[in-house]
This record gives sequence, C-alpha cells and structure tokens, in this order.
Amino acid sequence: MTAITDPQRESFRLSMLLSDTRYRSYTFQFIALLCLIAAMAFLGMNLLSNLAAQGLNISYDFLNSPSGYDINQRPIPYDSQSTHMRAAMVGILNTLIVAVLACVTATVLGVFAGVLRLSNNWLVRKLMAVYVEAFRNVPVLIWILIIFSIMTVSLPAPNAFRGETPAASMIFDAFAFTNRGVYTPLPLMGPGAWFVVLAFVASIVGIFLLRKYAVQQLFDKGRIVPTFWPSVALFFVPTLLVYFLLGRPITLEYPVLQGFNFQGGIQIRGSLIALWFALAIYTGAFIAENVRAGIQAISKGQTEAAGALGLRPNRIMKLIVLPQALRVIIPPLVSQYLNITKNSSLAIAVGYMDITGTLGGITLNQTGRAIESILLLMLFYLVISLTISTVMNIYNNSVKLKER
Amino acid sequence: MSDTHAQTVAFVRDTVIPQKAPPALEAGAVKWVRTNLFSGWFNSLLTIATIYVIYLALSVLVPWIANGVWIANNIRECRDIMQGSGGGCFAVIADRWQQLIFGFQYPSEAYWRPSLAFLLLFIAIAPVLFYKVFPRQMLVLTAIYPFLAFYLVWGGTILIPVMVMVGIGLGYAAYTRLVNRSFTAGLFGGIAVAFVAWWLGRYVTGAAPTLLALEPVASRDMGGFMLNLILGTVCVSLSLPLGILLALGRQSNLPVVKGICVVFIEFVRGVPLITLLFVANVVLAYFLPPGTNFDLILRVIIMITMFSAAYIAEVIRGGLAALPKGQYEGAESLGLDYPQSMRLIILPQALKISIPGIVNVAVGLFKDTTLVSVISMFDLVGMIRGPILASTDWNGVYWELFGFAALLFFIVCYGISQYSQWLERQLATDHR
Repeated sequence: MTAITDPQRESFRLSMLLSDTRYRSYTFQFIALLCLIAAMAFLGMNLLSNLAAQGLNISYDFLNSPSGYDINQRPIPYDSQSTHMRAAMVGILNTLIVAVLACVTATVLGVFAGVLRLSNNWLVRKLMAVYVEAFRNVPVLIWILIIFSIMTVSLPAPNAFRGETPAASMIFDAFAFTNRGVYTPLPLMGPGAWFVVLAFVASIVGIFLLRKYAVQQLFDKGRIVPTFWPSVALFFVPTLLVYFLLGRPITLEYPVLQGFNFQGGIQIRGSLIALWFALAIYTGAFIAENVRAGIQAISKGQTEAAGALGLRPNRIMKLIVLPQALRVIIPPLVSQYLNITKNSSLAIAVGYMDITGTLGGITLNQTGRAIESILLLMLFYLVISLTISTVMNIYNNSVKLKER
Repeated sequence: MSDTHAQTVAFVRDTVIPQKAPPALEAGAVKWVRTNLFSGWFNSLLTIATIYVIYLALSVLVPWIANGVWIANNIRECRDIMQGSGGGCFAVIADRWQQLIFGFQYPSEAYWRPSLAFLLLFIAIAPVLFYKVFPRQMLVLTAIYPFLAFYLVWGGTILIPVMVMVGIGLGYAAYTRLVNRSFTAGLFGGIAVAFVAWWLGRYVTGAAPTLLALEPVASRDMGGFMLNLILGTVCVSLSLPLGILLALGRQSNLPVVKGICVVFIEFVRGVPLITLLFVANVVLAYFLPPGTNFDLILRVIIMITMFSAAYIAEVIRGGLAALPKGQYEGAESLGLDYPQSMRLIILPQALKISIPGIVNVAVGLFKDTTLVSVISMFDLVGMIRGPILASTDWNGVYWELFGFAALLFFIVCYGISQYSQWLERQLATDHR
C-alpha cells in the first residue's frame, strides 16, 4: 500500500520559469518589460539622432517669447506682443467656452429630442427619428463646415444694413446677423451692479433652500408646502427690486453700424457659432438616443406601480422614472461631454482659435517646435479627460445600486 | 324569478344580431389619426407645429432638387440657367464626380480598378455578414480579398500580394501544425515561417517585377471618397486584432502587461484624433530611424489604427467583463490553458456580445476619417474644400457639394448601423 503524502517540495529550477505556471507569469512580464524598454530606447535613440542631425533640441523656452500673431476672440487681454504661453491660455479659454456652450445646448436638444422620440404623436416621433439618424450618420466635420458656410455665405454683409431701405434689418434693434458674426447687446456693469448679481445668486440659493424645506416638511410632518409660485416670485422679485432701488446700474450697450462694420455689443463670430451649433446638434442626436435608452430601461412595472399608488403621470415621471433613468443616462452623457471637448479641436477647420488653433496651429508653425507643442496639446486634453472621468467614477460609485 | 319574467317580458330574442361596423370615428385611418396625431390639445398642437416644420423644410428642399441644374460648365452658367428659381447647381457633381470619388491625382484610365475593388468588397464581406445564407467555402474569397484589393488599388506586379499571401498561408499552416503542442510554439513558429517565406519571396518578385503588372499608383495619389473608404476599412480591420490583444492585456493579471495596456488605452482615448493626426503629420518622422521615409497615408493609417484599437479594446473589455465568471472557471476546470480557454471559450462569446459596440466604433471611425482633410490630405471633404471650391469654375457651390458628401456618408453609416441592429436581433440568444 502506498501512503498518500505531499509531493516532495521541488526546489526552484531555471526551467520552471517556462514550464511552471507559478513562475511563468514573471517570465512573460519580464519579456514584456524588455520589449517595452527596447521599443522606448529605439524611438528615443531615433529622436535624439534626428534632432541632432537637424540641429534641434527639446526646449520650452519658446513659450516665453512674443507670439507675434493676433487672436480674434480674446476672453483675456492679449495682443501680438504677448507670449506664446499667453496665446495658449487664450486658446484654452476659447476651447472651454465653446465646449461649455455646446454641452449645454446639446443637453437641452438631446433631452428634448429623446423625450419626443417616445411621444405618443406619430409624426413627432418620426421627425425626431429622422433628426437623430441624419445627424448621427454624417461626420461632424461636414456639419461644422455646412453651418460655417451658412454663417459666412448666406447671411448679409454688414453694409446690407445701411441706407433708407436696407436689404437686411436688425432684430429688435439689438441683434444683427451678419456674415462677420452675430452681434448682440453687451451688458455694461455700472456702479452697484454687483449687488444685483449678488441678489440674483442669493435668490437662486433661496429657491433651493425652499424646495429642500418643502421636502423636509412633507417627510416630517406630511405638510405640503407650495413651491411653484414662491419660487417664481423669489426668482424675479428680489433681483428686480435691487435693480430699480439702485437706479438701474446695469445697462445694455447695443451694436450700431459704424463705418463698414458694427461697433459695440458682443460680436459672436461665425466660426464660434458654427462650431457651437454643429457640435450641439451632432452630439444632441447621440444624447437623444441615450435619453431614450435610459427612459426605456426603466421597467414598465415601475410606472404601473406608481400609477397604482395613485400618482399622476407628471409626478410618476418626476419622482419614479426620471431619478432611476438618470442613473442610466448620466454616464454616457458625460462621455458625450468628453466627446464634445475633444471634437472642439475641429475648430482648426473653421479658424476658431482654440488651443488646437493657437498652440497646435500657429505657434507650432511659427516656432517649428512640433514635438513640444503637440505634447502640451495632448497633455491639456488628457488632463481634461482624466479629470472628468475621475469625477464620473466618483459619481458612479455614489449612485450605484447598493446591493447587500 | 324566471316565472315572473315569463309573464312580464313579451319578447326574447333568440337569434344573434348581425355585427355592425364600428363607428366611423373609431375605425381605420380616422381612428389612427385620432389616436396618433390628435389625441389631446397638446398633441394636436405638436402635430400642427411638426407639419409646419416639415413644410418649411420641404419648401426649401423640393425646389432646390426639382429645379436643380445638372449640366453646366461652371457656376455662372448654372446661375444663368436657373434664373433665380432656387434650384441647386448639381452640375458641379456631374462635372467633378471623378475628383470627389477618386481624388484628383488617381489616373483616370485606372478608375475601373478601385471601382472593381469596391464591388468585390461586397462579395468578400457577404459570407461574413450573412454567414447563414452563404456557404462557408466563400470565406476563401474573404481571405483572398485584401491582397486582391491591394493589387487593384495600388497596382504593381501581382507577385507582391501573392508572395505576402503565400507567406501568411505557410505561416498559418505551420501554426495549425504546432498549435496542438503549445500555443506559444504555434504562434512563434507560424510567424517565423511567414518571415522566411517573405524573405524568399523577395527574390521571386525581384526576378519578375513586371509579371501581370498594373500601372502602380502611389499612396499620395489616392483621394476623394475612395481615401475615406480605404482608411476606414484598413484601419478597422487592423485595429480589431490589436484591440482584442489590448483588451486581453487590460484584463490580465500580469501587472506589467496590464499597466502598459491601461496607459496606452487611456492615453489614446483621452486625446482628440486630430492631435494624433498632427503626430502622424509632423512628429512621427522624428521617431523613425533617420533616412526612412514613410508616406503620409501609411503614418496616418498607423495613428488611426492605434486610435480605434483603444476604443475597440474598451468595447471588448466590456464584453469580457459581461461574461459570467463561471465561463472562465469552467474553462479552467476543463484543464484548458490560458490561450486555449481564450480562443475556444471566452473570446467567441465576448466578441459576440461586443459586436454592436464594435460596429459603433467602426461607424464613428469611418466618419472620423474626414479629419485627415485637416492635415491637407485630399479625402472627400479635403477635395471639396481644396481643389473644387478653390477653382474659379465652382467657387461658391457649397450646399450641393456638402450635401453630396453628407449623403455618401449617410448611406454608408446608416447601412452599417441598420445591419448591426439586424445582427443584434439574429444573435439574441436570450429568449425573452
């Protein structure tokens, strides 16, 4: 009879690196690491010898030298004597401006279209399907170029607004749509204007507190506190009161035709509008699909159960379906926001001066610092992407269904 | 009870009344309209608003298409013919369709070659797309197609693609011989055999460089929609295997491999494609050995392939994660090693789940191929913005050209997404 004993513990042999699964993973990782290092070394050596052959080096000094070019949309003070660094900052701000504008518009459009795609109305449903399919299946670059052509080709030149019987006229004497951009009134902040802004912010906070209080009262004492009309009143009354009491500190500066162009007001350039609306409409189509999928993901039993409890349809939507649907909708929504930010780099096709247009465009071409510029450019987009996805992960973990 | 009734009820019907038609308002088209379009005041308002929107769109579109001018030599002639009727100047498409489709440098006597390659594409992918309809033997055509398409589009002697194909065939034969012993041996043996075959093949092609040669066309002469299609198909098919490898790497429990894959995927997904194209355009040359000179199209293919591989890897990772753990454990308990369990158990299922996602990535990538126009390559959008709109003949014909481009992309992308939805229904194995 043989006794069952533990197999004799083998001492480590070199061949076990290949044959024993316990050690084989180390071999593989070592090989992978070697390959990586070899590839890096190969690329690095090539880079060094190429740079040496062309008498170049890697240096970021160019960021501190004067840029020598103008940027037509400047959120912060900038002229051609400013540094390349400053130009890149302007570019970053312009990127953020168009990204935020497009995100907000795309969300509104997408939620609207997504809800209407589930409407009872056959015609509306079909129209929204046509919108979604038409915009999802055509490259965003083509949409940007189409809207840019509308802005620059179809709209009248500023001098069409001139004369006794002008070919074009301003809307409400405040908005002018020209091929050089859209002109809107600019709010001028007089002394005391900040109090008005402060009052407005305070009343918004007040509305939130009121709603919170109402919910608390409902849960604690079963008392229903009216919120709708008080909210409306809170929204308008304090701000207007402060505004008139301080003697109307905020005035509007209207754009006026002077010489060959409009002066005053805010000029929104055609390139910004093209980028903004093309990104918004294109991404809106994707968001519409996300919203639809999110609402459809909530099982019908939830709606029916809520109906059985006696809730009315709008309350069912607000209290039962939407909070659950949001959990499904928000993650893809945020990745659409990321897509908007990344797609805003297409600005370069219409000459909008975002970070790709300044740092990756003119700065690169003027200084010839291709590696440095593109590295910084990628770093910027990476930082934005990673920040948003980190925030996203935190949110996802907080709304995750807690299963015990 | 029944007795009392017998006296009070004078008449009891003993036959069934013939069925009446439903009220006119509750049947047929009228009912459909009432429930679907005018079920309430809000719905009716919505319907009227929608009809107005459709009317506005049609009132521009219909005259634009109906009064369109198809024969003219330039935009001024077009305008003379139209006399302000609001029609479109479609003559630009009739005049320049070769440029829009093939680019402006592809030799015109060779247009049949990419056209034939395009038609053959359908024959080649049909057995993959509709695998239930077409016999499996047709997959041979799919395997031959890439080489045939290369031969047709780029030209040159037929020996180059044939030799490449022979190398791959021999490598595959060696792989099937050795894979039963060990996957690693099969893989490396196959690769080694293929390289030896290619190395020997060089002498064969060198011996007869003009055998069955088509006129060679350089990559930089490709353009138009053809370039979009080439970039789209080549990059998607190359990025699929790369994406699978990256996904497996990211799921693996070897920290070094996993780290490399995570960093690569997150980096590529975090930057816009345009920056990667800039890299291809101006930076990549610095990282290649001095003296090597890739053409731009090849560099662009490398970068776009990396880009889509990262996205496909994430889709496939989703598929891998969605598989129940029992599948992994089951494969292990059968005694399969890692390559076997992946090839035979995990990947077939994971890839099946990932198909819709992969198709989405492919459609997105195909649309993104228009970005190459930014780095001055003349794809469809590049052709429109460059040579055509800049020419004195057609300067100012925006809507017709962009509309044409949008239509081409719409047809391809909508077709693919409809196919993907159909396939999803076909593959649905969960019986709901």
